Amino acid sequence: MNVTVALWLSQDAVVNGSIYALLALALVVVYTVTRVIFVPQGEFISYAALSLATLQSGAVPGTVYLLIGGGLLIAVLDGSAALRKRKFKRLSAVLAENLVLPFAIAGAAWWAATRPDDLLIQVVVTLAIVTPMGPMLYRLAFQPVANASVLVLLIIAVAVHYMMTGFGLVFFGGEGVRTHLFPSAQFQLGVLNITVQSLAIVATSLVLIVLLAVLFGRTVYGKALRATALNRVGARLVGISTEFSSRLSFGLAALIGAVSGILVSPITTIYYDTGFIISLKGFVGAIIGGMTNYPLAALGSLIVGFLESYSSFWASAFKESIVFTSIIPVLLWRSLTSHRLEEDDEP
Amino acid sequence: MTRILYSSLVLAVALATAAAAKDITVGLTMGATGPGASLGIHYKNAFQLMPKTLGGHPVKFIILEDKTDPAEAAKNAHKLISEDKVDAIMGSVSVPSTTQIGQIANETKTPMIALAPVALPPDKREWIFVTPQPTELMMGAVVDDMKKKGIKTVGYIGFSDSWGDIVLKALKKHAEPAGIKILTDERYARADTSVAGQVIKILAADPDAVVVGGSGTGGALPHIGLVERGYKKPIYHNHGTVNREFIKVGGKAVEGAIAPTGPLIVPEELSADNPVKKVATDFTKRYEQTFGEGTRNAFAGYSYDGYLLLDAAAAIALKKAQPGTPEFRQALRDALEGLKNVVGTHGVYNITPTNHNGLDERARVLVHVDNGVWRLMQ
Repeated sequence: MNVTVALWLSQDAVVNGSIYALLALALVVVYTVTRVIFVPQGEFISYAALSLATLQSGAVPGTVYLLIGGGLLIAVLDGSAALRKRKFKRLSAVLAENLVLPFAIAGAAWWAATRPDDLLIQVVVTLAIVTPMGPMLYRLAFQPVANASVLVLLIIAVAVHYMMTGFGLVFFGGEGVRTHLFPSAQFQLGVLNITVQSLAIVATSLVLIVLLAVLFGRTVYGKALRATALNRVGARLVGISTEFSSRLSFGLAALIGAVSGILVSPITTIYYDTGFIISLKGFVGAIIGGMTNYPLAALGSLIVGFLESYSSFWASAFKESIVFTSIIPVLLWRSLTSHRLEEDDEP
Repeated sequence: MTRILYSSLVLAVALATAAAAKDITVGLTMGATGPGASLGIHYKNAFQLMPKTLGGHPVKFIILEDKTDPAEAAKNAHKLISEDKVDAIMGSVSVPSTTQIGQIANETKTPMIALAPVALPPDKREWIFVTPQPTELMMGAVVDDMKKKGIKTVGYIGFSDSWGDIVLKALKKHAEPAGIKILTDERYARADTSVAGQVIKILAADPDAVVVGGSGTGGALPHIGLVERGYKKPIYHNHGTVNREFIKVGGKAVEGAIAPTGPLIVPEELSADNPVKKVATDFTKRYEQTFGEGTRNAFAGYSYDGYLLLDAAAAIALKKAQPGTPEFRQALRDALEGLKNVVGTHGVYNITPTNHNGLDERARVLVHVDNGVWRLMQ
């Protein structure tokens, strides 16, 4: 190995690592706010990438029907509850959010499919399709058991993951896709070939991370999320709707997943089940960061990127083993240095 | 008199129902979901096109899903054999699943058509007949082409699973006697976001050609990676890669990719005296009529060839025994082992006791990507 090769590998590591970092952040947001270890995070990657590819091929992606179906289900559940309590204002809000919005997005998707050259519209529509799935998922799968133990929530998350992968296969079929998003221009920086795509990935990740930091540090919503993460009961006592915080965190996770999916789709082949492995690597990054610390999670993800890149050069057959084994020493170290907090001790 | 007439009528009806109840049953376990879904869907689709008779006798297909999971495939095989009492079993999409089914078929003495390669020693394959070309046969065509082009060194990059191993082993078998050196053995996974590390290593070794041991769209990632970093020498693939999605995903980058495949991918371009031309053309036409233009693929052909083998063997076995009996299964196995010149979509099957596949060089062609389509290499 010489300097050139090391630089090339590092470049690759930074690009992949910044995607893992985004996913690690999403996982940390969801975990701290709702205690859900969000296994289906990766599905948003696949859904976004495959929806975008379907739009680019001039068809309406199947995810739209999932959105409408989920909306209908929630409209019936929440609508009938509101009707029973005669809260008509709430009823109209429920219907607007869960019926009108999905159909509006479906209309937009149908329109976007007729404009195969309009990249920006396709990207925006893809984000609009995937992002609402987060809160919907929370409402349908997790909200009824929001106070269950971490283990129960994890098992539900695994079930949701399998369900979403199954839908993915039905909607998109078994073969992979790539999208054509960025111009294939590249320029030379010393020995490095820098593509516009890789720049876009790193830049978008950085911007999103900064935006998240601003959201959490400066806005009321961010503070509500942080308060819920710190202490659910306390947050409720001071008038923060933990339900709202949870849905917001799922929305954020879905948005981040969709953005990563769109970013990664031009550089690799995405299958209906690819997202899981990608988000698993983000998960390793989050674990290295202890699942609760944002900067450490981002750093951990970058480490995963480097591990992956260098091991693919030296011992490509063992790459996955090396990446996933790396959490064992981290877990050992953490369990030795930190005293355990039983989550069931929480009130 | 009328009484005799009536009773004989009743008897005739009873016999007829008894005969109808003794349809031939063929069980299939297939992975149309899970990691093998992209191939499994095609394998399964072919069953929609199959005639409703086997050797002229009515046949019932029982199709189960195994999610590309060997354990699930084994469970399905047990169910099909012990509960549904199938006369023959077919499956599945991956080597591990097919091997599992094969073991059970062999133990229970049920004739099996393996739709993917089987990893079992010869003495445990007595009841197993394989429709796909052996990988050695396919990679032989690749090495022949390398010899023609004067290629001396090869870089290999393949899936980090059994498929990657199988392709490499087949490549080695032909490359070593031909004096072609394999410089790298790099591995990647279908879900990887990047193969930069492996590609850099191959570029550093600078081989005369690269062989990719992937399958379907999964073969595109290293090809694109190599081309993006300026690799301009030939890149070979294997028969698992040949479908139109590969080109859709790879775009301009995979122009010129070379791969071996069965003749049914390019039946229109085969010469008129090719024995496979008619069967392959008919099947491809019917498949594309049902599933859409450009959906042709090798895997549906393996299923269909499995049907053709059973069809030919059942015609012989039906003369010896009734379906649903151990005698029939024995007769079916023996008939399969003696099949001569059965023309399938992939080639001409000549099965012998030592060769339970029976395909020869007529079952392979080299194709290359030419202006965004797979075309026969002349």
